Amino acid sequence: MTILHGIGIILIIAITIAVGIPIGHYLYQLFGQETSKTDRFFLPMEKLLYRLIGVNPSVKMDWKAYLRALLIVNLVMMVFVYLVLRLQGFLPLNPSHKPGLSWDLAFNTATSFITNTNWQSYSGEQTLSYFSQMVGITFLQFTSAATGFVAAIAFLRALVAHKKEWIGNFWVDIIKIHTRVLLPVSVVFAVVFIALGVPQTLQGTAVVHTLSGHLQAISRGPIASLEVIKQFGTNGGGYMNANSAHPFEDPSAWTTVLEMVLMGSVSAGLVWTFGLMIKNRKQAIVLYVFLTAILLLGAFVIYASESAGNPLLTHLFGLQGPNMEGKEVRFGTSLSSVFAAMTTAFTTGAVNAMHDSFMPLGGMVPLVFMMFNLVFGGKGVGLLNILMFLIITVFLSGLMVGRTPEVFGKKIEAKEIKLATMAMLVHPFLILIPTALFLSTKSGIAMLGNPGLHGLSEMLYAFTSGAANNGSAFAGLSANNVFFNVTQGIVMILGRYVSLIAMFAIAGSLAKKAVTPNSVGTLKTDTFAFGGVFVAVFVIVGALTFFPALAIGPIGEHFSMWSALNGHP
Amino acid sequence: MAKSTMMFSRKLGVTSTVEALKKMDPRMLIRNPVMFVVEIGAVNTLLLTIDPNLFGGHDSTSQRMYNLTVTIILVITILFGNFAEAVAEGRGKAQAESLRKTKTDLLAHRLQKDGIQEQVPATALRKGDLILVRAGEMIPADGEAIEGIGSVDESAITGESAPVIRGAGGDFSSVTGGTKLLSDELLIRITVDPGESFLDKMIALVEGASRQKTPNELALSVLLAGLTIIFLVVVATLLPMSYYIHYPIDIATLIALLVCLIPTTIGALLSAIGIAGMDRVIRFNVIAKSGKAVEAAGDINTLILDKTGTITIGNRLASEFMTVGDKRQQDLVQFAVLSSLFDETPEGRSVVELGKTYGIAPLREQFVDAMTIEFSADTRMSGLTLPDGTTIRKGAVDVIKKFALDHHGLVPEDLDEKTAQIAKAGGTPLAVLCNQDIYGLIYLKDIVKPGMKERFAELRRMGIKTVMCTGDNPLTAETIAKEAGVDDFIAQAKPEDKMRLIQSEQELGKLVAMSGDGTNDAPALAQADVGLAMNTGTSAAKEAGNMIDLDSDPTKLIEVVSIGKQLLITRGAITTFSIANDVAKYFAILPALFVGSIPALNALNIMRLSSPTHAIIAALIFNAVIIPCLIPLAMRGVKYRPMNATQLLMRNLLIYGLGGIVSPFIGIKLIDLLLQVIWGVH
Repeated sequence: MTILHGIGIILIIAITIAVGIPIGHYLYQLFGQETSKTDRFFLPMEKLLYRLIGVNPSVKMDWKAYLRALLIVNLVMMVFVYLVLRLQGFLPLNPSHKPGLSWDLAFNTATSFITNTNWQSYSGEQTLSYFSQMVGITFLQFTSAATGFVAAIAFLRALVAHKKEWIGNFWVDIIKIHTRVLLPVSVVFAVVFIALGVPQTLQGTAVVHTLSGHLQAISRGPIASLEVIKQFGTNGGGYMNANSAHPFEDPSAWTTVLEMVLMGSVSAGLVWTFGLMIKNRKQAIVLYVFLTAILLLGAFVIYASESAGNPLLTHLFGLQGPNMEGKEVRFGTSLSSVFAAMTTAFTTGAVNAMHDSFMPLGGMVPLVFMMFNLVFGGKGVGLLNILMFLIITVFLSGLMVGRTPEVFGKKIEAKEIKLATMAMLVHPFLILIPTALFLSTKSGIAMLGNPGLHGLSEMLYAFTSGAANNGSAFAGLSANNVFFNVTQGIVMILGRYVSLIAMFAIAGSLAKKAVTPNSVGTLKTDTFAFGGVFVAVFVIVGALTFFPALAIGPIGEHFSMWSALNGHP
Repeated sequence: MAKSTMMFSRKLGVTSTVEALKKMDPRMLIRNPVMFVVEIGAVNTLLLTIDPNLFGGHDSTSQRMYNLTVTIILVITILFGNFAEAVAEGRGKAQAESLRKTKTDLLAHRLQKDGIQEQVPATALRKGDLILVRAGEMIPADGEAIEGIGSVDESAITGESAPVIRGAGGDFSSVTGGTKLLSDELLIRITVDPGESFLDKMIALVEGASRQKTPNELALSVLLAGLTIIFLVVVATLLPMSYYIHYPIDIATLIALLVCLIPTTIGALLSAIGIAGMDRVIRFNVIAKSGKAVEAAGDINTLILDKTGTITIGNRLASEFMTVGDKRQQDLVQFAVLSSLFDETPEGRSVVELGKTYGIAPLREQFVDAMTIEFSADTRMSGLTLPDGTTIRKGAVDVIKKFALDHHGLVPEDLDEKTAQIAKAGGTPLAVLCNQDIYGLIYLKDIVKPGMKERFAELRRMGIKTVMCTGDNPLTAETIAKEAGVDDFIAQAKPEDKMRLIQSEQELGKLVAMSGDGTNDAPALAQADVGLAMNTGTSAAKEAGNMIDLDSDPTKLIEVVSIGKQLLITRGAITTFSIANDVAKYFAILPALFVGSIPALNALNIMRLSSPTHAIIAALIFNAVIIPCLIPLAMRGVKYRPMNATQLLMRNLLIYGLGGIVSPFIGIKLIDLLLQVIWGVH
């Protein structure tokens, strides 16, 4: 653990957050205002698209219409990708002649990418053709990010509406986010990645003579184009099985830093957009400060536990130094630690080190970040989770100050609480029940790479990753079987859409309400005091829900490790 | 109404205990999901006491004792919760009982169409019936006086012993069943059917029979149910996980953990808090027609108050003497006091009072032979004519001026200027004359009730805007508004203006409260989110408002606002406390659960509890005992102090949040020590 590396971690997070602010401004111009400067350039092209798909951009949708459009589009895309994966063998751009996927793997993969989870039960370069990677995977990496994003935008509009029904036009929003944000950024940074050494080719596997005289097949493909949206869309599903630990996906320290900035900046920026939408920058600043602090804390807990190394190894074999198992030498402990914290905080799920090989507490941080799912969180949905817990916090604190709770001038009543509670129930259900189910079945236990407490952590991690739509794997789990693929598929769908639908219903209800003007008696939500309460509420609710499971997982492992060192059995 | 200030009596304790046992009936308990879960848990542990291996396993029978202990604590937990509710209801029932006494066996003289009277029991009266009530009789049902006027003792309802005047026409025509006519005779048209009367509604309200969950209570119940479901999932999934690490947890312990985690404290006290809140309103002699109205009161943004009678005393009082011309102050005061010596109006009395401060206090006995001129609408002046012919008058300035000129007197030059000065300041000038000379002016002023300024300042601290409504001209209105410290005013207000103001405020998303008594206030009372009708008002007003103040004190609105806030704060505080408690319970129970399989987890046993069994039992006992400990708080309510919301939040979080985290650590440790003493160290 060195100060220099510590500063490096702080810098990476600081840059990511700072880059978010202009992005947040830009997004506000695009979606919070009637016209934007970029209209002149983009509008003609978008108008053409509207005419092509036959939508009237001036139609205003209420929450039901918006949600219906969103869900139908998602369903159609999911079925499409399912078919692409199944029929891969008959489709073009398949130089290595890879066969179609089994039904359960295709289902798991389609749900995984439509939900922005990017859990991969398959191993990327060995299973998918170039066509599947581009038309299936990369395509959904764009649209799923866009879906989460427009959901958040629609919610923000509802928040500032004064007795209105409509919350925007889904078609306009989803096209705009592609044409003006996702595509331009992806094109530019794909070129940057190529320049930094990431391959982009449609040629088949390269066969080379190694120095030792053997032949080696090296997988390659259109990686750079996928890599950008994988990070920028908080997707995380890698081209290669090894994800960002693979030198083709993430060749150097520079690319890994760029990947982190790409994955974090928009989610952080959305918080700023939120502040601008509600005309209260201080609200955004308060959230920024607390969430950044938690992110930093997590990164440093991992870094500290990884650089301290395993005390048992020191004790038994006299081995000193950090825990380098499962880490790439070109990243070292510090870049691996901050990447692990960020990929789970922003629910990207890309990995540049194996979380399974982290020390118990180091491995617990990514787990906890996914359980919270709101330390900035994934594209759009992160903000929705923040707002969901803000509603719960405002409700409890509103009671404490003797007023019917209001969030940004909108009264929170039984209906909103019912829906927010529903959204809050999603995680405990989807994480704990499948974990318990798999741990109590023979086939479930057979999947585990390790016995005992660490095995429990592996299983817990897998479903937490699915429920949080994160997609990172703890590794160590042999996940490709029908039972798991289907269960995880359902977990991912419910994890994504139940809370999304609940939040849309809240948006519909809030949009219709009048905005109550502030008075002295109104509880201010843009104070650091309230920010602290917000953090306390989600930490306590999270802790109360997952503490027992964590206690027999990483916490138990941690204490057992130290007590073994101290000579107690 | 019986104003029992005693929190708790032996009788209430006994009846509440009986009620608490009755409420164990699952059909009743299911309305409270949190406690219902506890009951299901208790049934399971009871079964496990009878057969420890009911759900499989091979526990020794020594497990029985433990299971029985858990069962007993769970039953006690439920009883405590039921007891809290029973106590709250019991206090309401006692009040209802005294009300009901006034209702029984009333007889009515009903007038048939042909004018013949018939004697019928009060219960036979229907809407529209005409009845005759004579002095000394009880008024049998709610109605409206259509003939006659008389004094009525309404102490049974209001607790106010001074009789009030009720009579046909005007704003004082409504009469209430159960009150007593003291003088004269009234012809009354019945306005309600049996069972719907004011008294019936009051009884239902105080008994809590018609209590519906308020919107906030509903929202909180949902959240509590959500938390309960989360903990059900947590505990249920813990069982397979414990099998996985080859150290299965026994069912009774899991149930104990579940009960410790679910928010039993607030679950047990929630309805008691609601009932007690309504009860506090009633103790203030305000009848709220629904709990929703009380809650809404806590949210009020704008308060509309009438000037006359609410903000000011209602009468203009003399506040200053102003001389004109070269007249001496001493003479002016002398004549002003003399002119008012026999004047019984509040204005006149105030002139005499003010005179005393100048040391001028003539005795009436000295002037018995003087001729008293009383004020009349024609002459618009009053005063005395002494036996020697000296005429002393006070009255409207123009009248006095004319009187002086008619008697060949002079009008001092500065009279008009000073008159204008008073009028401009919002006062009423009265000129004082002796013979043909005008001596000066009496400055009559609206007097703001003492303490109003402080109360408005308090309201401002609560974030409530006050608006004064008055029929006065804008100048007068502004003066009073400034003096009273209200935020805004409407001058020359007509009833429609009030309505318009309410609507425009509501359009902005604000909640508006107002008080009123007249029939013309009724639409505004109905439109306002909180309409406090005066009991002395018309039945139309009482029907339109959602609260009725039995003391007819419009400033009560301020108290109602506080009670509404207090109600929410109490719920929030105990909820926070309840959830915060779970942190310590985890630290007590989790190491106890897993210490067999993961001994290192004993590191989490930061309380150093003596044994796993003790830890679980101690946590469970703490969970039960905290309920009765908090009953007084639930009944009394958390104290509300006007301060800004963030300060209030931090203060309450410090007490109930931090307190909720820390206190169980101490409590559980103490109970553990106690258990060691009783059971010995394992």
